[in-house]
Amino acid sequence: MEDKKIFTDPDLTKRTVIGPNGEDITVDPIQDYFCDALPKKHEPKRAKIFESFFNWARAESIWVLGFGTGCGSIELYPLLTPRFDAYRFGVQMRPTPRQANLMIISGYLSVKTLKRAIRSYEQMQNPKFVMALGSCTINGGMYFDSYNTINRLDKYMPVDVYVAGCMPRPEAILAGFEALKKRIKAGKAEGANLYAENFETYKKNQKKIIRDWNMPDYNW
Amino acid sequence: MSIDWIKLLFTLLGLFIVLNYGLLQYGMIRRITARIGKRIGMPVYQPYIDLIKNYSMRSQITHGVMFYLGPVFRLAGGVGIFMFMPLIYGSYYWSNYSFSGDVILIMYFMFFGMLGMALGASEGGHPYSFIGISRGLSQFTTVEVPFTLAVIAVAVQHHSFSLTEIVAGQQGGIMHWNIMTNPFAGIAAMLAFLGMMMASPFNVVQAPQEIPIGPPTEYHGTYLGLLQTNRAILYVSESILMVNLFFGGATNWIELIVKSFLVFFWPVFVGLVFPRFRIDQSIPWFLKLPLILGIIGIFMV
Repeated sequence: MEDKKIFTDPDLTKRTVIGPNGEDITVDPIQDYFCDALPKKHEPKRAKIFESFFNWARAESIWVLGFGTGCGSIELYPLLTPRFDAYRFGVQMRPTPRQANLMIISGYLSVKTLKRAIRSYEQMQNPKFVMALGSCTINGGMYFDSYNTINRLDKYMPVDVYVAGCMPRPEAILAGFEALKKRIKAGKAEGANLYAENFETYKKNQKKIIRDWNMPDYNW
Repeated sequence: MSIDWIKLLFTLLGLFIVLNYGLLQYGMIRRITARIGKRIGMPVYQPYIDLIKNYSMRSQITHGVMFYLGPVFRLAGGVGIFMFMPLIYGSYYWSNYSFSGDVILIMYFMFFGMLGMALGASEGGHPYSFIGISRGLSQFTTVEVPFTLAVIAVAVQHHSFSLTEIVAGQQGGIMHWNIMTNPFAGIAAMLAFLGMMMASPFNVVQAPQEIPIGPPTEYHGTYLGLLQTNRAILYVSESILMVNLFFGGATNWIELIVKSFLVFFWPVFVGLVFPRFRIDQSIPWFLKLPLILGIIGIFMV
């Protein structure tokens, strides 16, 4: 297994191009297009009153990046319908990872999707939470012996709340939001700092399963 | 030159009131739209919580100097519109820094925020930001044409570019309002107002389902908080501008709030009824009916 072929993306290889005036320009996409500074740990505010106030605001205004993987993404849409209406709980959908606080991994993750999930997760800003739906993210579920899906999401990114089921109904997801809110208000949802602290371990796990690792280690 | 500190204080107080009014109004509108969709909707105070949360994000990244300045320019545009607009007719302190050419300055500030945002969003480097900005600028340019025609019609009618004098000319009952005395210009401005507020038929600039979510794609945390603050101030300020230009202004705060809420409700109402235009549909639309109405409005005077 050691002499496996390393896949390199031709767009991301270092190359030299000739500029308009005939000069040579070296382009190294991984250096030029991405930043590979490592994530930093951001301590909570010293004053407890501020931190609990901010945590209350974070809990009451959860902006979701619905990462629609697997079958669970179809359970997310009813949350916006009159029947379930997650807006009541301060939950809103955001289309970009920059503005989102909560990432919902909605079901099994194939290795290819895991790569995208990691990139999206790393682009989110510091108080960030992960909710994982379904048994597939806990132990692999019905895909436990599949060749291209991951079994435990927790190995690759810190998960705050699991919602069990196959698939969980929208009610269960709403209950998951409530559980997450309690966790944030108690100040326990420090997933981003956990990720920064145990960065080496997470990267090792990720690289073990993603063979064609053609992106920088950390791309906030 | 001496500074009138009390007036400055009143202006800042007005800004504070308008900010809170804008946030509450946004929550209210979201709730009304939710009710129309048979949902209950978010709490009215949700915009405040979002604002606190955005200002309390722990980590932020930047893409360069213009990335910082984009939201600042946008906020400066919103505050600039507010600063030079008379709020309450007949009150010295609530007329802010209104002067004889304030309409021109206000129309400049409207475009100023847009341009600042364009510079900032392009520094973000996200392709959707570029698409959103190019759409936004081209649409806003066409929106400005009928709106400018309507404003010029009103200015010619009242022989003044001063909002205070325009409001003064409309006093004395509903039949003196510009929307009554010059309906073509009024309708042209109201149609252009739809585009200014970027409500549903013309919100392809930020269309969340199509180009998530346009210019502010890369903005987060405090930057987004600034943009939200600006949205609250800007939309209310533009509504008050419409009230001043066409609906007779206001002589007290309650009248101002009722009128500007009703004016603000007009794009929301249209947005709930009509689906979204593509950019190649919306630009010709502004150049057809509103433009013709604006030209007729000028000839009417």
